[in-house]
Amino acid sequence: MHCSLINKSFEIAKKENRPALLTYTVAGDNTKKKSLEILFSISKYADICELGFPHNTPIADGGQIQTSAYRAIKNGIKIKEVFSIVSKFKKVKKKKPIILMGYYNMIYQFNENKFISKCKKSKVDGLIVVDLPHPENKNFALKCKKNKINFIQLVSPTTSKFRLRKIINDSHDMIYYISMLSTTGGKLKVSPKKIINEYQKIKKQNRSKNVVIGFGITEKSIKSLKKADGLVVGSAICEEITRSIKKRQNTVTNVTNIVRRLKNKIK
Amino acid sequence: MKLRKNIPLIDQHDKLGFWGGKFGGSFIPETLKKPVEDLTKEFQKLRKDKSFLKKRDFYFKNYIGTPTSFVKLKKLTDHLGGAQIWAKVVSEANGGAHKIYNATVHALICKAMGKKYIVGDTGAGYAGKMLSMAAKEFGLKCKIFMGAKDIKRQKPNCQAMRKNGAEIIPVYSGSQTLVDAVSECMRYWVSNCDNTHMCVGSTVGPNIFVKICGWSTTQISRELKIQLKDKFKKFPKKIKLINCVGGGSSAYGFWSEFIDYDKNQIELIGVEAGGPQKSKLHAAPLSRNAKIGILHGAASYVCQNNEGQIQETESISAGLDYPGVSPLHCLLKDTKRARYTHATDEDALNAYRIIKKFEKLNPSLEPSHAFAEAIKIAPKLSKDTVIIVNSCGDARKDKDILKKRLGKY
Repeated sequence: MHCSLINKSFEIAKKENRPALLTYTVAGDNTKKKSLEILFSISKYADICELGFPHNTPIADGGQIQTSAYRAIKNGIKIKEVFSIVSKFKKVKKKKPIILMGYYNMIYQFNENKFISKCKKSKVDGLIVVDLPHPENKNFALKCKKNKINFIQLVSPTTSKFRLRKIINDSHDMIYYISMLSTTGGKLKVSPKKIINEYQKIKKQNRSKNVVIGFGITEKSIKSLKKADGLVVGSAICEEITRSIKKRQNTVTNVTNIVRRLKNKIK
Repeated sequence: MKLRKNIPLIDQHDKLGFWGGKFGGSFIPETLKKPVEDLTKEFQKLRKDKSFLKKRDFYFKNYIGTPTSFVKLKKLTDHLGGAQIWAKVVSEANGGAHKIYNATVHALICKAMGKKYIVGDTGAGYAGKMLSMAAKEFGLKCKIFMGAKDIKRQKPNCQAMRKNGAEIIPVYSGSQTLVDAVSECMRYWVSNCDNTHMCVGSTVGPNIFVKICGWSTTQISRELKIQLKDKFKKFPKKIKLINCVGGGSSAYGFWSEFIDYDKNQIELIGVEAGGPQKSKLHAAPLSRNAKIGILHGAASYVCQNNEGQIQETESISAGLDYPGVSPLHCLLKDTKRARYTHATDEDALNAYRIIKKFEKLNPSLEPSHAFAEAIKIAPKLSKDTVIIVNSCGDARKDKDILKKRLGKY
């Protein structure tokens, strides 16, 4: 899987001596059309785009992403339309990796195999399933691998050494390190130095894996975590969408501005 | 799918925590893996630890007040003119409902693990009230997550929680009921699992929480087994155990010691919340054939749409107003050991009115659902049939609703 688009994106960033920037937005937030426009626009600056397929009982998400998810569902987003957003995006941006992110019930109801084949057809590059941890995810991750889709394992500050080794063993090109004990969008309650320390422990186990850090990263803190292979910003973006809608401003412009500023800070 | 004999149902799961290969499990974010594993190990240790069991029995006896009484509802039986109707008056337990068993055990575990903070969810407010009581008893700091809609409709229990020194965190997301309270409580635990213990208020949630809760409420059927032998010279040949089912903690506790019996001798009947007569919404995933889905860390029958979004529920009884149900009950349904049905809001209110008219019992809206089924089937049954209803909650908390709907309380 070494030629995966995800791997390539990390290679490009490394050559430029910076971490890869990963964004997270919710498909259908606040409409199908708008979320695709946002995706196109921010992909100028983002190296990898995570796209959430929203669920109405998101147990690991904080207020900002919950708001985006509820808004998208209220505006009628369906799982099939999430795939069509990806297809439309990939037709134009062939080399930009897309990672779908969500909760397992949505995949379970759609049917695992059907979900994976839909991913393949619409050219999804990777998958993050928040509530399908290791080792429960082994079979599903293997199915993804067979279909050349990256299954992204999550690691958190509570992950034991023993588990860490096993998770890394079963991981594909990318590993997602959760910066702290928190839902998404929490205030960064751990020092960046400590986060990087923990991050290094994962890297030490296997240098070839790309490890990204996420949860609680904002314009303020992103620079201090520059040493990582990649950094994920989600809640700060979702919050901007909410703010722009409230102020009746252009969400596409405002969100793009944030992503551009984030990118400039890690260059 | 088969039930095994002589093994508690809570222990009949596979390595990954699934009952019958597909119900339960632990669908949790990575951050919760470690605290859930720690809790699992601790519980495995404690349930075999003699001094812990002694402590549990001491608090069950002296703090909760066991056994709760087992009485014949003579006037109701005469009025209906069929099967004998009995009640296990679990609402006599300290605090007024079965939720005290699980809350007390969780507080004891929290203490044993050296944690000072305990959090929990609540719908009817009983799980919250009991957890706040247990927290006070054991010197723990307590936060209770409760839907804003439930805070409004279950005021007396909220007052009790605050009096016990617990902080109530109102939840405004989604339908503002139990389902959202559980989500928010889990989110809080994700962020604070290093120093906080979480109590799930029913036999739902990740595998270990189903087990702890079931292990706690089993006390009900342990008592009933002895009481049955006391009251009847010969063990009755036809028994029907009727219990309301929301998450299913009181029903599991009421049935657990009787699951190995032949179903022709002891029938288990679960009554879910059918919601208002005129509404399409309900909270009856088992009896209205919902599909299997994943909610709050476990697979079970769940009220949901085709996409997998969790559906809003509606019931007059906050304690039953939940879209999912215990994986234990899913297994009992699929193996046909238990039969599940539902009663509407109106059925439950009517049952409450009848019980009040004939007996000195004051069942809350949750067990009123079970009484509705008892009242429905009793006249058609023979006099040697013994119907036992678990009157698992007291109606004081429903004062406002009952006044509004029946004109008096």
